[in-house]
Amino acid sequence: MDLFSKYDIFGAFWVTIQLTLLSAVGALIWGTVLVAMRVGPVPVMRWFATAYINIVRNTPLTIIILFASLGLSSTLGITLVDPDSTTSIADSSFRLAVLGFIAYTATFVAEAIRSGINTVPVGQAEAARALGMGFTRVLGTIVLPQAFRAVIAPLASVLIALTKNTTVAAIIGVAEAALLMSEMVENESDRLLLVFVLFALGFVILTLPTGLLLGRLAKKVEVRR
Amino acid sequence: MSAGSVLFDAPGPRARLRAHLYTALFTLVLLAVAWFVFRGFADKNQWNGALWKPFIEGATWSEFLLPGLLNTIEAALLSVVIAIPIGVLLGIGRMSVHRWVSAPCGVIVEFFRAIPVLLLMVFAAELYFTYTDVDSETRPLLAVVTGLVLYNGSVLAEIVRSGIKSLPRGQAEAAAALGMRSGQIMRSVQLPQAVSLMLPAIVSQLVVILKDTALGGQLTVGYTELVRSAGPITANFNNSIPTLIVLAAIFIVLNYLLTLAAALLQRRLSRSRRTPPGAKVVVNPGATAGTGAGVAL
Repeated sequence: MDLFSKYDIFGAFWVTIQLTLLSAVGALIWGTVLVAMRVGPVPVMRWFATAYINIVRNTPLTIIILFASLGLSSTLGITLVDPDSTTSIADSSFRLAVLGFIAYTATFVAEAIRSGINTVPVGQAEAARALGMGFTRVLGTIVLPQAFRAVIAPLASVLIALTKNTTVAAIIGVAEAALLMSEMVENESDRLLLVFVLFALGFVILTLPTGLLLGRLAKKVEVRR
Repeated sequence: MSAGSVLFDAPGPRARLRAHLYTALFTLVLLAVAWFVFRGFADKNQWNGALWKPFIEGATWSEFLLPGLLNTIEAALLSVVIAIPIGVLLGIGRMSVHRWVSAPCGVIVEFFRAIPVLLLMVFAAELYFTYTDVDSETRPLLAVVTGLVLYNGSVLAEIVRSGIKSLPRGQAEAAAALGMRSGQIMRSVQLPQAVSLMLPAIVSQLVVILKDTALGGQLTVGYTELVRSAGPITANFNNSIPTLIVLAAIFIVLNYLLTLAAALLQRRLSRSRRTPPGAKVVVNPGATAGTGAGVAL
């Protein structure tokens, strides 16, 4: 077990968890905004949201993360940090990775919520409109609350996929689990299997409870029709 | 509810005015962002024709991009071809009535679905390097395919399982009433019907696999797929932005075609009578606008 004293495994997984949580919150917000634009009455917004979702969803995450690093940081100078800070390089790649994950994951969140909107009976929105509600109130107070209850299970799969996708941040040097593992398998190749099982179990521990807990929550808040 | 017109009334004069206002504001914001990005790239000379010129020269394509693209497709196709039989076996195994078959299959499927593909690839690469004498030419391909097969085999197992589960129970019951054994029921009644149900989901999974091959060029895996094959271009011409844009465009076109194919297949299959009514496969949300509990992105 000297692996734990030699390498900061818990630290690496803590970075993975931070990446996951920050990206999840951001993706939920941006995904909801996207879906609101996609089903809304303004044609330009509909067009933009559709195009954004189709383009970003079909691009490999690798390219998006590389773009966040090479395009935003190196070319446009958007580093998202105070350049004088002592940890500016590490912070910058961390924050850019989060931005990339938000941009990518939001498209799956948007598609999940849209399929949830499709499960809400037409009568709900019609009744709301008959009461004189406008689009924002119909969506915000009537349709979305019901839609969210229906899509907790799909959103849980998106969250699990996001947890695993955070490993891609390793390619721009964020010190998370995959980067540490690729370093460890080189240095400790005589204990290769042990290293792999260690990291695999780490991810199983991160993803299994997410699926179970959110699955139970999904059953609990389900709208029975 | 079909999203869209149900959610808002036909616009009256005031709503129309407001929509125009939003249109104008939103267009302005979009243009501002586009202008900022355009200027920013222009300041770093990324629109300079010299940086884009490599992409209209045959040599760039024949030397780097096309071989890379071929490698990408090779890895993706190999992975699918190997993963499908494994997925079918694991999926059927997990539904077996014998616990000593279903339990290990379930553990394998859940385990490999929970692990990032990148970790599987890194591990496989090191494993082949340390313990086998596969030559260094084919080792990266082997690592990439191993990672993709382990992961997607598990995902396909779940697709198979949900496809068979979605068949009406009467099918299996009728077969049992005719005196078929459980293996026979699976082989000659359930599986043939489920296959046509699962086809769209499998094609959608191809999109995920194709995107995941891009991981193969990273870290210590070192497979010369499309993204990595563009490395020398960037190094020669210092044109990282144009290169990334071209790479993304290739992937988007390929994946869009695959998504279209999946949608077309879905429509044709739902028209034909071969599948019983009401049966539906949970499509992976990572690939298409899926509903239900999908498994991966």
